[in-house]
Amino acid sequence: MGEVILSNVSKSFGEDVALDRVSMTVPDGAFVVLLGPTGAGKTTTLRVVAGLERPDSGDVQIAGVSVLDRTPAQRNVAMVFQQYSLYPHLTVRQNLEFPLKSPLLRTPKDEIERKVREVAEVLRIDHKLDNRATALSGGEMQRVSIGRALVRNPSIYLMDEPLSSLDAKLRAELRIELKRIQAQSGATLLYVTHDQVEAMTMATHVGVLDQGRLVQFGSPREVYESPVSIYAATRLGQPRINLLPASVFADAPEGARTIGLRPEHIVQGEGEEGSVVRVERLGDQTRLHLDFKQHEIITVTDPHTPLKTGDRVQIRPRNAYYFDAAGARIV
Amino acid sequence: MSFSVTEPSARQKLFAGVLVLVYALVTIMPLAWIIATGFKTPSDAIAYPPKVVFEPSLEGYVNLFTTRTRASAETLESLGEPQTWYDSIVRKNDMVIVGPSRYGERFLNSVIIGFGSTFLSVFLGTIAAYAFSRFKVPLKDDLMFFILSTRMMPPIAVAIPIFLMYRELGLNDTHLGMILLYTAVNLSLSVWLLKGFIDEIPVEYEEAALIDGYTRFQAFYKVVLPQAATGIASTAIFCLIFAWNEYAFAVLLTSGTAQTAPPFIPTIIGVGGQDWPAVAAGATLFLVPVMVFTILLRKHLLRGITFGAVRK
Repeated sequence: MGEVILSNVSKSFGEDVALDRVSMTVPDGAFVVLLGPTGAGKTTTLRVVAGLERPDSGDVQIAGVSVLDRTPAQRNVAMVFQQYSLYPHLTVRQNLEFPLKSPLLRTPKDEIERKVREVAEVLRIDHKLDNRATALSGGEMQRVSIGRALVRNPSIYLMDEPLSSLDAKLRAELRIELKRIQAQSGATLLYVTHDQVEAMTMATHVGVLDQGRLVQFGSPREVYESPVSIYAATRLGQPRINLLPASVFADAPEGARTIGLRPEHIVQGEGEEGSVVRVERLGDQTRLHLDFKQHEIITVTDPHTPLKTGDRVQIRPRNAYYFDAAGARIV
Repeated sequence: MSFSVTEPSARQKLFAGVLVLVYALVTIMPLAWIIATGFKTPSDAIAYPPKVVFEPSLEGYVNLFTTRTRASAETLESLGEPQTWYDSIVRKNDMVIVGPSRYGERFLNSVIIGFGSTFLSVFLGTIAAYAFSRFKVPLKDDLMFFILSTRMMPPIAVAIPIFLMYRELGLNDTHLGMILLYTAVNLSLSVWLLKGFIDEIPVEYEEAALIDGYTRFQAFYKVVLPQAATGIASTAIFCLIFAWNEYAFAVLLTSGTAQTAPPFIPTIIGVGGQDWPAVAAGATLFLVPVMVFTILLRKHLLRGITFGAVRK
C-alpha cells in the first residue's frame, strides 16, 4: 500500500522519447487508468514504476521513499503483462503459485493453496489449474496472468491492457470483478487500456498521455467534461467528439479554430439544417450520421426516432468546446 | 510450378522411401560390420569372401579385456581344466590369461574427460550465452566474432604450441589438461548455439519473474534454464560427440594415465597378430555411452520441438 509518485520522469530509447517529464501522483487506493494510443508511453510508465526500466531523469517514489535503486522484487509490485508472459514450462497452478513461493513472500503452503483456489474461482480458471500454461486459449492465458498478480498483496498493481483478449461478456464481468476487488481491498492500481468503457467505469483517475507527455490527469468526469485539448477530448466519449472548423457555426469566440461537439452538445430541432446520411440503431441508442455544410457529424438521438436517410434535421450547438490553432481548449 | 503444400503422391512417397532406405543402409553398414566383426573369430574376421553368416564367438571381447601369453603344451597340461568360460575360449588358442588389459582404464578416462569437458563447455557456454543475449556487453559483436574465429582453423593446427605449452605447465597426459583442451575447443560452438536458443526465449518471462519477487539469478535458474533445456541438451550432445571421438590431440598429448580410448583401440592390433575382433569389440563398446546419452536426451529434444509449436 502507499501512494506512488512520479516526478519529472523522462525516458528515451535511442532517438525515441517514450516519457517526457511525466509527473503524476497515484493516491493510495486509487484506480488510475492511463489512456493514449500506441506509443504514447503508457507501457513505459508501468515499466518505470515496476523497475524494469530506469528513468533517464526524474524520480519514482512508493510510499514516500525513492525506489530508483530498488529491484522490481524489492518494490513489491505486481504486474499483468500485455503479452501474458506465463511461464510456459509450468502448469496454471504453478504459475499462480510462483509469486507466492518467491523469496520475497515465502507464503506457507496452506495459504498458497487457499489463495490460488480463491483467485482461480474469481477468474473462472479453477477447472484448468492442472493444465500446462501453453495449453490454454488466449483469454484463459490472460486470466491466469491477472491471477498471478491478484494472488499477491503488493504496494501497487500494474496492469497493461489486462482485458484486451477476452470476449465481451467476460470482459464486462471481470471489469466489475476488478473494481470490486479494488474497492474491497483498497488496492492501488495503475491500469493501461485502449478501452474507454473500462476507463469510465473503473477509474478514479484518468491520465491522458500524448507522445510521452501527461497532458491531463483527473477524474474520468473531469477529463470527459473539461478536456484541456482536442487530443484529451477525443480520448473519451462514444461516439467520438465531432470536430469541425469553428466558423461553421456563428459566434465562435476569439481565436477559436475548431469546435468540438459531443452528442450532448448538439440540440436537435433548432438552428441550421443538415441531412441524415445514415441511421444506426444500436438498441439502447440510435446514432445519427449527418451531413452538415459538407461536414460529417455523428450524434445520438431518440432510440425510437422515425428519422431515415435523406431527412432534414435542424441542429445547433450548446455549451460546445472551442479549441485554438494549437488544439488547446479556449475557456 | 506451384509450391503449395499437398499430400505427396504414391510415387513420390515410394521414391522418398527408397532414398531414405538407401541412405540408412549406407550409414548402418559400417556400424553393422563393426558390431558383427566383434563377434567373429579372428579367422572368420579376415575370411574371403566375407562371412555374413558365422558362428558368434566372444573371443574378441575376451581378448579386448585381457592380456594373454602363449603357453607350451606342458604348461597347459599342468593347469588342468579351465576355471571359467573366458579361460576356455583363450585355451583353445593355446594361450593363458595373464591379466586384465588397459581397455577398462582407457574407457574410464574417455568417460571422465568426455563428460567432464561436456559439462564444463555447456555450463560456461550457458552463462556466457545468457550474458551475451541479455546484457549490454561492451564490444559484444567483436567478442562474439572472436569466439567464432577460434573455430576458423582446425584445432590440430595449433597442436604443437599446445603440446609445448602443456609440457611446460605439466598438463601433458593429465585428465585436467584434456578436459580444459576439449572445453576450449567446444566453447565457441556452445556459446553460439546456446545464444541462439536463449535469444529465442522472450525477455518478458524473466521480467515477470523479477516482478514476482525473484532475483535475476533466480529468474535465470527458474525460468530461463528450463526453457533452454532443449538447447542445452542438443549442445551437450554435440560437445560430447566431439570430445568422445577426438583422436589427434589424444594421441599427441596422452600416453599413459590420461589416455582415452580412441588412441588405445588401434594399439590392440599389435597384441598377438591382427586381432580384428578385439578392435571391433573395443569400437562397439566405445559407441555405447554416446548412444545412451543421446537416447536419454532425445526425449528432451522431442519435447522441445512440440513445445515451440504451441508457444507461438
